[in-house]
Amino acid sequence: MSQIETFYDVMRRQGITRRSFMKYCSLTAAALGLGPAYVPKIAEAMETKPRTPVIWVHGLECTCCSESFIRSAHPLAKDVVLSMISLDYDDTLMAAAGHQAEAALMDTIEKYKGNYILAVEGNPPLNEDGMYCIVGGKPFVEQLKMAAEHAKAIISWGACASYGCVQAASPNPTRATPVHKVILDKPIIKVPGCPPIAEVMTGVITYMLTFDRLPELDRQGRPLMFYSQRIHDKCYRRPHFDAGQFVEHWDDENARKGYCLYKMGCKGPTTYNACSTVRWNDGVSFPIQSGHGCIGCSEDGFWDQGGFYNRLTTIKQFGIEENADQIGMASAGVVAAGVAVHAAVSALKRAQKKSQDKVED
Amino acid sequence: MTINTPNGFTLDNTGKRIVVDPVCRIEGHMRCEVNVDDQGVIRNAVSTGTMWRGLEVILKGRDPRDAWAFTERICGVCTGTHALTSVRAVEDALGITIPDNANSIRNIMQLNLQIHDHIVHFYHLHALDWVNPVNALKADPKATSELQQMVGPNHPLSSPGYFRDVQNRLKKFVESGQLGLFKNGYWDNPAYLLPPEADLMATTHYLEALDLQKEVVKIHTIFGGKNPHPNWLVGGVPCPINVDGVGAVGAINMERLNYVSRIIDQCTEFVANVYIPDVIAIGGFYKGWLYGGGLSGKSVLAYGDIPENANDFSADQLHLPRGAIINGNLNEVHDVDPRDPEQIQEFVDHSWYTYGEPGKGLHPWDGVTEPKYELGPNAKGTRTNIEELDEAAKYSWIKAPRWKGNAMEVGPLARYVVGYAKGHEDIKNQVDGLLRALDVPVNALFSTLGRTAARALEAEYCTRLQKHFFDKMMTNIKNGDSNTANVAKWDPSTWPKEAKGVGMTEAPRGALGHWVKIKDGRIENYQCVVPTTWNGSPRDSAGNIGAFEASLMNTPMARPEEPVEILRTLHSFDPCLACSTHVMSPDGSELTRVKVR
Repeated sequence: MSQIETFYDVMRRQGITRRSFMKYCSLTAAALGLGPAYVPKIAEAMETKPRTPVIWVHGLECTCCSESFIRSAHPLAKDVVLSMISLDYDDTLMAAAGHQAEAALMDTIEKYKGNYILAVEGNPPLNEDGMYCIVGGKPFVEQLKMAAEHAKAIISWGACASYGCVQAASPNPTRATPVHKVILDKPIIKVPGCPPIAEVMTGVITYMLTFDRLPELDRQGRPLMFYSQRIHDKCYRRPHFDAGQFVEHWDDENARKGYCLYKMGCKGPTTYNACSTVRWNDGVSFPIQSGHGCIGCSEDGFWDQGGFYNRLTTIKQFGIEENADQIGMASAGVVAAGVAVHAAVSALKRAQKKSQDKVED
Repeated sequence: MTINTPNGFTLDNTGKRIVVDPVCRIEGHMRCEVNVDDQGVIRNAVSTGTMWRGLEVILKGRDPRDAWAFTERICGVCTGTHALTSVRAVEDALGITIPDNANSIRNIMQLNLQIHDHIVHFYHLHALDWVNPVNALKADPKATSELQQMVGPNHPLSSPGYFRDVQNRLKKFVESGQLGLFKNGYWDNPAYLLPPEADLMATTHYLEALDLQKEVVKIHTIFGGKNPHPNWLVGGVPCPINVDGVGAVGAINMERLNYVSRIIDQCTEFVANVYIPDVIAIGGFYKGWLYGGGLSGKSVLAYGDIPENANDFSADQLHLPRGAIINGNLNEVHDVDPRDPEQIQEFVDHSWYTYGEPGKGLHPWDGVTEPKYELGPNAKGTRTNIEELDEAAKYSWIKAPRWKGNAMEVGPLARYVVGYAKGHEDIKNQVDGLLRALDVPVNALFSTLGRTAARALEAEYCTRLQKHFFDKMMTNIKNGDSNTANVAKWDPSTWPKEAKGVGMTEAPRGALGHWVKIKDGRIENYQCVVPTTWNGSPRDSAGNIGAFEASLMNTPMARPEEPVEILRTLHSFDPCLACSTHVMSPDGSELTRVKVR
């Protein structure tokens, strides 16, 4: 097994020197709030680890999570798949099919009991005895339970696995059910979004491989490092919000100046995600930067929150800003609700988060 | 038992039954069963969609301006194409026109999807049906380099050292004993015909394409904010253009346009220097394996797409052709009208839905679906543990759409057959060039290989169109037009009380249509008939088999227990099952639960 390519090998192969590698390890330690004593530990882990088996199953979904995953720029998807994990079952990408695919699944479960990661894309429908999603002639929910039984941990990719997403939108005809409501006895990391950002997905996986533990999670089970702040909190258009400068119509002068999209229905103020910081596709842009409001795709039940172009009316107030309707002097047809928007005062963030979580619980 | 189908196939289900479930390397969930005779030749084929999500019922009662976001989530692989179809349907219903720049940007995004999807399909979903990565370990890197320089002389990555590095990496991977995605592949199956050098070249390009595809989509990210699932807008596109004024950094500015332009060039180079040469090189080794034609030489359908001018969808103004060919008569290309209730109809006699009466077909505007999951009397296994299906009864979550009663193939090959038959100049030149390069007759097109080759040609054509629309947009901006959205009818109070519309596109996988009815500002009915519904359809009331089924017929399998040939042919369609399985429930009690906001 000495032939297995480790993280360190990958980095060396990409022309990174030993010195840079150690620097990377110390930066990683610092970024995670670990002392210098952890640096050699991280280095050792990255130099010697064999590839962790990953089983990736698919329920009711649209495959946008897989598509996002292969967009990862750092690390590159090919390096993840060839050198960091061993993707032993993934019906979207694997060479085998049918019996041979099922054999690969059973073999991995048997051989790596308790040591593989189960990644779930999509969710199981429970109506019609589960037969709205069939794998190998049986309900997907059976495959999910079987694969979960001996998993070390489960990653719920995307809004489907985390919350139900579009097929669970009202009236949820198939009774599409998120993973944590079916699997009750395993640690589950939710990585919501439709889809999640590629580098967030690979970031979560590499964290687990590097540190051999789960990332720090919030009460909903989302990694704090990517989901603890609202898009609004770090939005580059935030100064326009604070100054009361809003887009009033699509493609108006204000839109061309890059003003705030709050009045066009942007859900950035209520959406926890890394879009305004990590951004999308190697940092190229994110929805607001490209002129459309956030639709809130990493939030539970975002399909049933009253339309993507309806302005938020339920944001909690923290006091320093004027009501946005008053500032912007309302465009025609605005529902004049008592709209209030929170301020991203950093000291209040934790309190805010807790109250948000309570509402969502 | 032997059955002769009306569309000209002889089915014999007496031989050994082989089940492939799951069919992997596709989008979504699919099952396939075939019967092979004692020579290992497929004599009966059964294709089954094994998932159902119910998106159309979810759409009822919602704001039609939101529908693009819902329907976009039908598929994350052909991301954006459903959104485009949806905004077109809503604009058609409400009489909304879009500005010229919006037409160019939409076209660039749609073409960009075609290019991306075709590349990812060929290298990551399909290549392993032709290419053996384990065999690549036996290759001589120097000979591989020579092969590369012969077939793709303009590709810069071609040195022996480069191929040696990739081979070493592969070797390490294989020797680790953790084969990952290649585990349990069919690597000693005689159906693989490439020499080791071609296997190494193609496997190397599998990895290059994986890096490249993440660059291709950045055009979506610039105009739509993210990929997968960029943002769209009824009435235009959400990204404003500002190349001169205050705050240009908040819009599409010169830096963004340069970024788009660079990616367009990158797409063009990769397709011309890698993708096309690979298909010709691989095709050369497999040109004796011309199975899988199915319906492609008989009945094909294309709606057409990529309008040259905004709001003009007439057939002669579309860069991707529109038309229907039936009964193998390439001399007559029929016009296609999505509004004609007699042309497109869906049947459910062999699908897990019911219309209440057998033999009935419904036009999408009047489409209904009531799920009815039941196995036929000759199925083996149980309701929740299917061993073998009974294709004489209901057997799929996919409906059977028909054009004037005919089962049709859609997709790149269908588009190219229609284009070729219509004398479309670009398409004809490309096809003739390919046939010459491979030294095969035109009939070779009607095959699995033809389907795969048509996709590559189309990717090349799309790179040229992508550039064309970029230049067109730049000219327009230069002439002082920066408009990207028409908001005159954004407010629902401007809408008629009742309206209905249809939106059509050519998705990477084929003809895609959305039909919408709007009442009192809300969606009253929404129907999607998608490419894999056409291609993956089960039998219809008359007994016509669908395109997947037809394509598998009479194919010999080297080893029937290893489904390489089945996968090769099914993958040539690029099946997308999440797209194909849809529903509209007429069940009142269910629908009233949709909250109308």
